[in-house]
Amino acid sequence: MNEHAMKLLVVDDERHFLETLVKRLGRRGFSVRGADSGERALEEMSASPADVVVLDVKMPGISGLETLQRIKADYPLTEVVMLTAHADMEAAAEGMEFGAFDYLMKPMDIDELVYKIEDAWRRRSLRGLKIQQMRSRARTSPDET
Amino acid sequence: MSHEASYKSLRRSMILMLILVSLAPLVMVSAVLGNRFHTSYKEKALAHLDEVLLKHKQTIDSFLDAKVAEIRVLVDVTPFKAFFDPQTLESLLLSLQDRHHGVFVDLGVVNAEGEQAAYAGPFLLGSADYSQAHWFQAAMRRQVYISDVFLGVRGLPHFIVAVRKKYEGRDWIVRSTIDFAAFNRLVENVRIGDTGLAFIVNKDGEFQTKPRMDISSELPKLMALIKSRGKPGAGRWLSRAKDASGVWSCLFESPSTGQEYVVLMTELKGGEWTLVYQQTERDAFQDLYRSRIAAIVIVLLGAAAIVAAALYVSQRFVNHLRRLDREKEVLNEQMLETGRLASVGELAAGVAHEINNPVAIMMEEAGWVEDLLEDENPWENEEEIRRALSQIRTQGGRCREITHKLLSFARKIDPTVVLLDLNQAVEEISELSEQRARYAGVQIITDLASDLPEVRASASELQQVLLNLINNAIDAMDGRDGRLTLTTRKVGEDVQLEVADTGRGIPAANLQRIFDPFFTTKPVGKGTGLGLSICYGVIKKMGGDITVSSKVDAGTVFRIRVPGAEDTHVPAGKDAQSRTSA
Repeated sequence: MNEHAMKLLVVDDERHFLETLVKRLGRRGFSVRGADSGERALEEMSASPADVVVLDVKMPGISGLETLQRIKADYPLTEVVMLTAHADMEAAAEGMEFGAFDYLMKPMDIDELVYKIEDAWRRRSLRGLKIQQMRSRARTSPDET
Repeated sequence: MSHEASYKSLRRSMILMLILVSLAPLVMVSAVLGNRFHTSYKEKALAHLDEVLLKHKQTIDSFLDAKVAEIRVLVDVTPFKAFFDPQTLESLLLSLQDRHHGVFVDLGVVNAEGEQAAYAGPFLLGSADYSQAHWFQAAMRRQVYISDVFLGVRGLPHFIVAVRKKYEGRDWIVRSTIDFAAFNRLVENVRIGDTGLAFIVNKDGEFQTKPRMDISSELPKLMALIKSRGKPGAGRWLSRAKDASGVWSCLFESPSTGQEYVVLMTELKGGEWTLVYQQTERDAFQDLYRSRIAAIVIVLLGAAAIVAAALYVSQRFVNHLRRLDREKEVLNEQMLETGRLASVGELAAGVAHEINNPVAIMMEEAGWVEDLLEDENPWENEEEIRRALSQIRTQGGRCREITHKLLSFARKIDPTVVLLDLNQAVEEISELSEQRARYAGVQIITDLASDLPEVRASASELQQVLLNLINNAIDAMDGRDGRLTLTTRKVGEDVQLEVADTGRGIPAANLQRIFDPFFTTKPVGKGTGLGLSICYGVIKKMGGDITVSSKVDAGTVFRIRVPGAEDTHVPAGKDAQSRTSA
């Protein structure tokens, strides 16, 4: 599993936050892009699907939760780590229901975020592997019969 | 304070009511009973006096009759010849005096010419001539005669009983003088109370008895009454002006002393004399007046007790009311505070997020600087580090601004009324709500008139009204991408604020109850139902009015009108401003 082959997308409406976070993650070896709204995130995904998305829940326009739902619908393998405001446990719980990998409360520690991203990537890779195995088994099984 | 005034007027009407309701029956009962008692007691007292007078009339009549009868018996049974014998006459007189306790003073025989033929008695009158005496002339005309009291030839008050007798073809008169003192005693004994006085007068107004007191000054007036015989209009006759027993009674004012008398009179001696009884009214009805004073004292004491009770009860009632009002006020304040906390909580959700963002940025930038410092030669990145630090400062400033805004709002309620610029308050609150509106997809538009007079209000209360209305509007438009328009206008002397949203509207059924406390359509735990009722209370307190109009699925407009403060002048050069924020 090569972590650094992972494609990462960070979505946040606060531009300063987004830029700095992208820089810091890039410095840690991630191949990372930024998007400052739900709409832009979906565009980026359609241009090149990311493996892990770090997504702010509360955004004007298409909200984080809606973006999450759309990403999960169109790219089921992509794992999403949610960023929520402190008191907003409801949104976090809802996000988990919609299939987010996990959530972090903003402001978060960069190392914690990195671990979460790596965990999400590991799961993404495992699931990808499993699907490949099932596919190859499906492909070989008609030969066996 | 208007409160105190209303307490006072309430207390006043309560006292009046209590006193009226309690006193009216008391006064009526005592008046009716008193009047009844007065009438019947007077009747009874008069009847008693009647009785006394009649008894004495009988006594006097029978006294006179007895004396006449005695003389007549004497004349009938004694041989008339014997009257001329001084010895026999003397013994007859002695016998009469002995049997009648000295009532008969003397005894004499007078011939038809008025010459005294024989005499026995203490005065040694010898042959007196009575031919000119009134009693003699009257006795000659009648069989029997009782004279009025007169001084006579002896200069002593007396009266005469005369009986005519035919003897040997000639008329003779046997006469006897009746002791005035003995007769007087009969009348003098008629004495009731302190001022009761009885006397006898003849037709000419001459006393036939000697009254205990000198009443000569009252006599002319009394005589007029006597002569009128109870004729209506002649005197103040009492109800029984002339009763069956022959007694007149009337009220009489003494010309000399001015005192009010009850006068009763009855005829004696076939109308020749009148027996008069008089007594001061005060004395005659003494018991009545005493009981009347007692009744008045009781009524007055009762009235005093009623007044005291009314004062006490009303004071207690008003005190109780005042306490209740005070408790209500405290409760209202608490409610206001509760509603305020609720709206602050709502606000806090937005503000927390707003603060959270710069904090997150600051932490990221700080982390980025740390990252850069880990490099072998960190000063290659000096530019980037400086940028990050300045970004941290900028974000710190943002935090400070937010906390200042929140602090200025979250101070404890201060109900002090001051002159306020409504526009400024609207701007403050709309800025505070911006973040919340942004995440709810709501655009806040303010359209503020520049010629707005100031209003008199408590700053914190006005803030709360605005915040409540804006929060409600944002809630009503949640997820609808709505528009919230805040408009201020000067309407006449008033200031008008409109808070219009494009939300889901309020059904007509709820519109009626929207300002009721605890009315809410939000799920349990979400809304207190206090917001609009607090707004209503605050605006009413400012002397204004708040109305609402709404259309389901189109939006709601809350319209507030408050009186503008009179002596405000708008600072010149401040143009109408319209500001839009997303």
